[in-house]
Amino acid sequence: MSWLERHAPAIILPALLVTMPWWMAAAGGYTELASRIVILGLAAMALNFLLGFTGVLSFGHAAYFGLGGYGAAMTLRYLVPSSAVAILVGVVAGTVAAAIIGALIVKLRGVYFAMVTIAFGQVFYFVAFRWNRVTGGDDGLTGWSRLPLRARPLTLDIQRNDLAFYFFVLALFGLSVAAMGLLLRSPFGRTLLAIRENERRARFLGIPVERHVWLSFVISALFASLAGALFALLNNFIDPRALRWDQSGNFVIMAVLGGMRSFWGPLLGAGIFVVLQDFISTRTQNWMSFVGAFFVVIVLFFPRGVLGFLRRRVAV
Amino acid sequence: MTQLVLFNAFNGLVVGAFYALMALGLSLILNLSGVINFAHGGFLAIAAYLAYSLIPRVGFWGGLVIAPLLTAVLGLVVERLLIRRLYGRDPLYSLLLTFGLAYVFEDATRFLWGAQTLPYPVPPSLTTPVSATFFFLTGYRVFMVLLVAVVVTALFFVLARTRLGIRIRAGTQDLETVSVLGINVRVLRNLNFGLGVYLAGLAGVLAAGMLGLEPTIGSSLIMPSFVAIIVGGLGSLPGTLLGGLLIGVASGVTTVFFPSASEAVIYVMMAAVLLVRPHGLLGTAGRTA
Repeated sequence: MSWLERHAPAIILPALLVTMPWWMAAAGGYTELASRIVILGLAAMALNFLLGFTGVLSFGHAAYFGLGGYGAAMTLRYLVPSSAVAILVGVVAGTVAAAIIGALIVKLRGVYFAMVTIAFGQVFYFVAFRWNRVTGGDDGLTGWSRLPLRARPLTLDIQRNDLAFYFFVLALFGLSVAAMGLLLRSPFGRTLLAIRENERRARFLGIPVERHVWLSFVISALFASLAGALFALLNNFIDPRALRWDQSGNFVIMAVLGGMRSFWGPLLGAGIFVVLQDFISTRTQNWMSFVGAFFVVIVLFFPRGVLGFLRRRVAV
Repeated sequence: MTQLVLFNAFNGLVVGAFYALMALGLSLILNLSGVINFAHGGFLAIAAYLAYSLIPRVGFWGGLVIAPLLTAVLGLVVERLLIRRLYGRDPLYSLLLTFGLAYVFEDATRFLWGAQTLPYPVPPSLTTPVSATFFFLTGYRVFMVLLVAVVVTALFFVLARTRLGIRIRAGTQDLETVSVLGINVRVLRNLNFGLGVYLAGLAGVLAAGMLGLEPTIGSSLIMPSFVAIIVGGLGSLPGTLLGGLLIGVASGVTTVFFPSASEAVIYVMMAAVLLVRPHGLLGTAGRTA
């Protein structure tokens, strides 16, 4: 690989992301769509920290995503009129839940781990669905909105200015992705790769596998809940569907679609998924069939995702 | 009060019987092929709707017999065309594929039969209460519990005594050796998948008679089946049966005291079981990979 090839993502990607609201508008999209892509991309990349780089299959990340969302929404609705505090509360809620659940399931692996994560995800769905008085039940939590960010003497009006909100989201995305990237390059991250490649051998080397998997699970959920909090702020709304198993499945398909062995793949997957969903759901009522068929086609024909597919083409 | 608790406990037992029936099918497929069949709920819904359409022609009993069989055939075809390609690959892929199928099935039932709730006709001979004191023991519910008991007994007999059952159990232990012994593992997995889907179909037809028909009937019943498998113990069919009945009764009894938690309670139970016995009530530690 030449220098240019190696560093191309580091140059092109930020440029694409920073200019996205404009080229998105030129391509018939809108600023909110750009924000949605970045937010869901963050969730998919967070999931992929666990899925692609630790080799642990979680199919219940919507729980942490949704908890982040509800944490933020309920803070703004009931507690403090501050977007920053709301995000913080959302992240803490999601991360704490993941720390507890992770400790319960860390001994399980493979399909069984997946199944338990799916099932645990549903607890929060039912709580949000049933606890009408506080969560708004099936109709979702309304009657609140994100508020301008104030750090005296500066104010960033993310409430009315969609573009400002996009850049706020992008900044948090950049920080999160940088953190995940650094973690993966650290000895800790290399250990996660070792566990992914051969868990038994890692164990023989004296690596406390359970503790590493647990940490990876919690880190992954932390960024997923940040994405969830931002998602709630984006829509000024949250409903139980953000917590449901189909949302978890969507995150997994985003990661697989983009390429789960590559760092940036899930972002690409999220972009394709969000644009397709936007396109299909405005044109047909049977979008579920399309999404379902889409899942089947990806699994059968593009199991390595778009980036994996391209890379293979280049290699051949 | 006692009567209310009894009523809900019995109700829970009925619901638990569904969960168990559905979870046993899931467990069979999971144990032999390592596939979490997310489309299980979709198969269940299709069987229920098929029975609904068949009833005018073949009657209630005909529907009960024919619809699950037709669904099992659909299961054999789906396994042959789609799921077979994914054996030996990361379980992620079969999970995603069946997840997509679940979407397609749910949408298909909505497209073909409509989104509204349809009433499912049950013959009057089954709707009369068995006794005045225990008014809640309608014939249909008693019939359902008995039928599930018969089917589960038959299933365990098939697994214990017949050639197919012995091969399924052997394959669950060590598929490679079974293959080396000259048994066609592809056919075995195919039949096993069909058997699992048949159980889902039967659960669907029975559930329709109690809950009515909705396109979401499958997706609302699949999560408790997962919980049943986890609570009962991974890899253990008796465990799955026990888990299904337990969570059914627990959720039924909770309805009396704290109705809005009747769904969440099974997940709390699951957490408690995982805390005390990480591999479930009857699961063994060896079968976690």
